[in-house]
Amino acid sequence: MAQGALLSPDARADVLRRVASAAAGAHAPLSVPRGYRRHGALQPEERGELFCRRAGEYRADVRRVHAREVAAACAEICAASGVRRLVVPQGLPTAWRPSGVELVVDEGLSAHELDATDGALTGCTLAIAETGTIILTAGPAEGRRAISLVPDLHVCVVSEGQIVELVPEAFTALADRGLARRPITLISGPSATSDIELSRVEGVHGPRNLFVLVLREVS
Amino acid sequence: MTTFPEAARRELANDQLRTNLRNATETIRAKRGRAVAELPDWEALRDAAKAIKEDVLANLGPYLERFEEEVTAAGGHVHWARDAAEANAVVVEVARRHDATEVVKVKSLTTDEIGLNDALAAAGIHALETDFAELILQLDGDWPSHILVPAIHRNRTEIRDLFARTIAPGITSDDPRDLAEASRAYLRERFLAARVGVSGANFGIVETGSVCVVESEGNGRMCTTLPPVLVTILGIEKLLPRFADLGVLLQVLPRSSTGERMNPYTSLWTGVTAGDGPQELHVVLLDNGRTRVLADEVGRQALHCIRCSACLNVCPVYSRTGGHAYGSVYPGPIGAILTPQLHGIEHAASLPFASSLCGACYEVCPVKIDIPRVLVHLRAKAVEATGGAGERAAMETAAWAFESPRHLSIAQRAGALLTRPFARGGSLHRLPPPLRAWSRTRDLKAPATRSFRRWWRKERS
Repeated sequence: MAQGALLSPDARADVLRRVASAAAGAHAPLSVPRGYRRHGALQPEERGELFCRRAGEYRADVRRVHAREVAAACAEICAASGVRRLVVPQGLPTAWRPSGVELVVDEGLSAHELDATDGALTGCTLAIAETGTIILTAGPAEGRRAISLVPDLHVCVVSEGQIVELVPEAFTALADRGLARRPITLISGPSATSDIELSRVEGVHGPRNLFVLVLREVS
Repeated sequence: MTTFPEAARRELANDQLRTNLRNATETIRAKRGRAVAELPDWEALRDAAKAIKEDVLANLGPYLERFEEEVTAAGGHVHWARDAAEANAVVVEVARRHDATEVVKVKSLTTDEIGLNDALAAAGIHALETDFAELILQLDGDWPSHILVPAIHRNRTEIRDLFARTIAPGITSDDPRDLAEASRAYLRERFLAARVGVSGANFGIVETGSVCVVESEGNGRMCTTLPPVLVTILGIEKLLPRFADLGVLLQVLPRSSTGERMNPYTSLWTGVTAGDGPQELHVVLLDNGRTRVLADEVGRQALHCIRCSACLNVCPVYSRTGGHAYGSVYPGPIGAILTPQLHGIEHAASLPFASSLCGACYEVCPVKIDIPRVLVHLRAKAVEATGGAGERAAMETAAWAFESPRHLSIAQRAGALLTRPFARGGSLHRLPPPLRAWSRTRDLKAPATRSFRRWWRKERS
């Protein structure tokens, strides 16, 4: 199809002209005062604990495991939750892949095919302790955005070294690693709504069950 | 347009609305208070957020051009819309090119503002609202009463009955969990099969060309990830200069809005990513009155608004009348300053007066919009625009009375004399026209028959 502007080019020029004339008197701050906390103060151990606590408060099921236990922990979750078909991204570490369930490797599954699976297992890029948030940037172990969205259960593996303390630290880290232009998804607990009489219901359109496996660092 | 006092009188008669609103505003207010108190640097975050938005407005032209450049470089298409009709035309055209008879929509105040659903309907395209509350309202032909919880004026049994009539025949439970499940089941297939998604956006990042959507339910992720084509409508003021600015805004927005440390889902995407999400992206940059607001030195700060709705929950006026009384998609204190500026003061002259100027809205605003100051500024404009002869005469009389002790004494005596026939039990409940409207909602103590100053003179003599 023909691409490009669907409107007359006048609209662009007009809006920019109006903006220029309207903003003429607006004063810009000399610089943005950044007196807020930009560097965390916690030790790694405390940071990990804070993350687990905060993610748990959003009714994510958080479990601390050793790296070699990921596959077993995931198999246990799948068995307990009745997950038979589990989607995994192509780059998911082999050691994480559980046995006892049918693994469906995402090689461009259609939305309907994804919907016919029961859960997804992914890694993440970063996590934020203060808000209990995990951050996915569609990396090899994370897969594309739809994987952690369509299936009703999501198991996400977070290693302790990926946890930062504060929200600003996460965005600085994403930019520093050149990930700012990737598709980015911040997840804080399972999907939720409070639309009816403010009573909170977990799970509307996103996964209703979020499990977070936090890997203890091997010292 | 119905004036605010007329609409408010109608809404105040609705007991259920008032009960639900009180419950909602008090609950969210308390949650917000806890979420904010937890951060030691809340005020520093507000200062930063405000400065970021000031920076955006002062450099809006260059920022818009850079944003366009970045989106285009990442494979997206940028369209500029001077008004609602132009923005709607883009969405209609995109849907037509893909032979879509339905588009899936994320809740968006901006698309409500431009009347997108009606414009699409006129072109034979159904805009399916996918936010839980918005779906409820759409099924019932109702409209939002709160920015965050749009269907807060409806009860669970009403919603159950509505679902039984529409999307979930035979449903008997009114448990919110079962109702949410019904909406999940109804929308799932529509998400999977959708060809075109439509969204608003919370932020557009200038330096990367990214678009950011903040939500809870996952319908936003569905609409912006699954359809092969996505159209995002972005008010020109929604930009943030730097990617790092998200580190500020994504702290103040969820805590101010739902009172959560972080909302369940925040999505960012930049143009088109091969193999992930929509492969055709359109971003519509919308003016629709925003440059008019920008031109007003005092009023332009209304464009800082990040639509958190904290000002609604603390407002003594909103928490009684609800959102419908404001006659606009932007209710509450922020609506009272945004609507008259976007649409012209002559179309909403009563809104700047829908406030007691108590200042609670300013105190909670995460981007420090001085709403009371803008309200007073707009009141002056409303009086200029609508004449206000009565008020002017009253103010001139007051100015004369306070000019000298002698004038004041004459005014006091005249006031006592003139109001005496209307005093009942020491109070004035009902004054004759033209003061009747004023006295309808206020009681006034009847002026003393003898002023303090006269009494004092007598005592001392």
